[in-house]
Amino acid sequence: MNKPSVNEETGPVEDSALQESYIWSKQTIQEIQRAATEGIYSIRGGGAKRKVPHFDDLLFLGASMSRYPLEGYREKCDTNVTLGTRFAKKPLHLDIPITIAGMSFGALSAQAKDALGKGAAAMGTTTTTGDGGMTQEERASSKTLVYQMLPSRYGMNPDDLRKADAIEVVCGQGAKPGGGGMLLGQKISDRVAEMRTLPKGIDQRSACRHPDWTGPDDLEIKINEIREITDWEKPIYIKVGATRTRYDVQLACKAGADVIVVDGMQGGTAATQDVFIEQVGIPTLPAVRIAVDALKEMGMHRKVQLIVSGGIRNGSDVAKCMALGADAVAIGMAALYALGDNSQKYAEEYHKMGSAPGYYDAYHLGRCPAGITTQDPELAKRFDPELGGRRIKNLLQTMILEAQTLARACGKSHLHNLEPEDLVALTVEAAAMAKVPLAGTDWYPGKDSSY
Amino acid sequence: MTEIDLDKSEVRELNSMLHSLDDKSSESSFRVISPKGKHNIAVGVDAKADITIEGHAGHYVGGMNKHANITVTGNAGSGLAENIMSGVVRVKGNSSQYTGATGRGGLIVVEGDAAARCGISMKGVDIVVGGSVGHMCAFLGQSGNMVICGDAGDALGDSIFELQIFVQGKIKSLGHDCEEKDMGPEQMAKLTELLDKAQIKADPQKFKLYGPARTLYNFKIDNAYLP
Repeated sequence: MNKPSVNEETGPVEDSALQESYIWSKQTIQEIQRAATEGIYSIRGGGAKRKVPHFDDLLFLGASMSRYPLEGYREKCDTNVTLGTRFAKKPLHLDIPITIAGMSFGALSAQAKDALGKGAAAMGTTTTTGDGGMTQEERASSKTLVYQMLPSRYGMNPDDLRKADAIEVVCGQGAKPGGGGMLLGQKISDRVAEMRTLPKGIDQRSACRHPDWTGPDDLEIKINEIREITDWEKPIYIKVGATRTRYDVQLACKAGADVIVVDGMQGGTAATQDVFIEQVGIPTLPAVRIAVDALKEMGMHRKVQLIVSGGIRNGSDVAKCMALGADAVAIGMAALYALGDNSQKYAEEYHKMGSAPGYYDAYHLGRCPAGITTQDPELAKRFDPELGGRRIKNLLQTMILEAQTLARACGKSHLHNLEPEDLVALTVEAAAMAKVPLAGTDWYPGKDSSY
Repeated sequence: MTEIDLDKSEVRELNSMLHSLDDKSSESSFRVISPKGKHNIAVGVDAKADITIEGHAGHYVGGMNKHANITVTGNAGSGLAENIMSGVVRVKGNSSQYTGATGRGGLIVVEGDAAARCGISMKGVDIVVGGSVGHMCAFLGQSGNMVICGDAGDALGDSIFELQIFVQGKIKSLGHDCEEKDMGPEQMAKLTELLDKAQIKADPQKFKLYGPARTLYNFKIDNAYLP
């Protein structure tokens, strides 16, 4: 509606009376005008911002008469998990089923990587390298470290393979399934350039496909090569972005994975095209259920462990993933926020960059005022790895306490004893995706359907 | 010399034995017979050993090699000497796709032809091919040298970073951001050295040099980002 000239009877039209177009929203118009100015897609970090069905759309059915609850503070509720029981001589025994997802040195400062290792080690869980190789700091501070093998193979070497506790072959990422990594020149410091064998200051574009295999048959041989090099000691993970999850999970099983990581579309990234983040992949909620069903179909559920990531924020999300059949979860963005990314402490600096605490996503520019997503030595110095490590520990501890609270309420003495029958859905969409009943009914879309 | 018959031993046993080698090992010379195209032969070796594989090897033979001198007398499958760190891996026959993928050091010699994507994402390795190579060779190559004594297929050197490619024969097409460079004395000396090391007879004067045009190094939008 155009703002009419002043009506003599009603006076001036208030702005609140203006009707914004759903199709041509202010944000849409701004993006069109940005594109018209710059002639190239928008790049940013973080995960999907759009609203998609998520774990908040599920609720737990606490125990009352039909089931006995466990006392919420003292009664035993175990949280341990073993990963890599299929083939590896040395599976990982973790105290908690919450791991730290792969984030590269390059995307993050060495100090931030160090803090992730410290926090994870303090809670008896793993942290993961990323698209930049393994740093000495990270190896030293991480009790158990997962070493990623990505298409770029930056820094890849057999010594680090042997130093790792597990190896994760990354075939996709929730934020950008089908896309390679991106690290702009501002973050290619001397050290990053040397580790990646790249000229300093270039805009690095990583391959989106692995360089030495093309499908699951080849991947099976590739995984056996890694097992041979590491004398069959290490668990081998395969990570996929959530898209055609049933097929990807089953092919990963066929290729010989010990552990499969499924990363939903809400998963974060250091940098990629906004259109990629928002328009590719499926949400984490349906991905969990599809992945679990795919494993069950092959008789491999609990034999090949499933780690779920993408928008895991708190103990409730953890418990719901467990109830749907996941063995563990991984957190990325939650860990960054715990470290202090998007903190109010740096509000003034975020505002100077045209952003604000809670909104900042320009990780690719390397100007993170909290010293986390940067390679600028002065900014990185602001970050205290000891404090960061404690904050990660505190977050993980809180998440576990929350998850235990929910599990005990459902009468479960181990997080893995949670089951889909402990859940109901608040929306028809969530009921369809999680295959749990819509609250107040015994129905979900597709139930008893022969289709 | 120790002989390992892969008709009687598993590849696992062979690799386990090779991984146990160190500077104090009394044996450093190995002859592997009956490879019969088996995969992952002599991967992850980290010792100054001489390993001869008599026959055809499957995928990833010599993968991630450090220090060892490995020779395949027949042909090699995909991913020959992938991510090689140092040492020499030589194939007397032909090699399949992805030869030397992501290799970070050392020397790979293919006396025959190498298939598609030879030298993909190479990061410092030197590769000398006595014959011709397929399409997309040296794709995303970051560092090192590739010598092709025969012809090259489509899109040679697509999206390369700091890599030198020497070609004696015809090139079907150059990839994006790859262009012919002037061959100076330094490059000529490097080419001569590599041919000598590879023990392949060719006249360095007949080669042309190709490298990055460096037009893809930065997104043009980079300086115009509007938050």
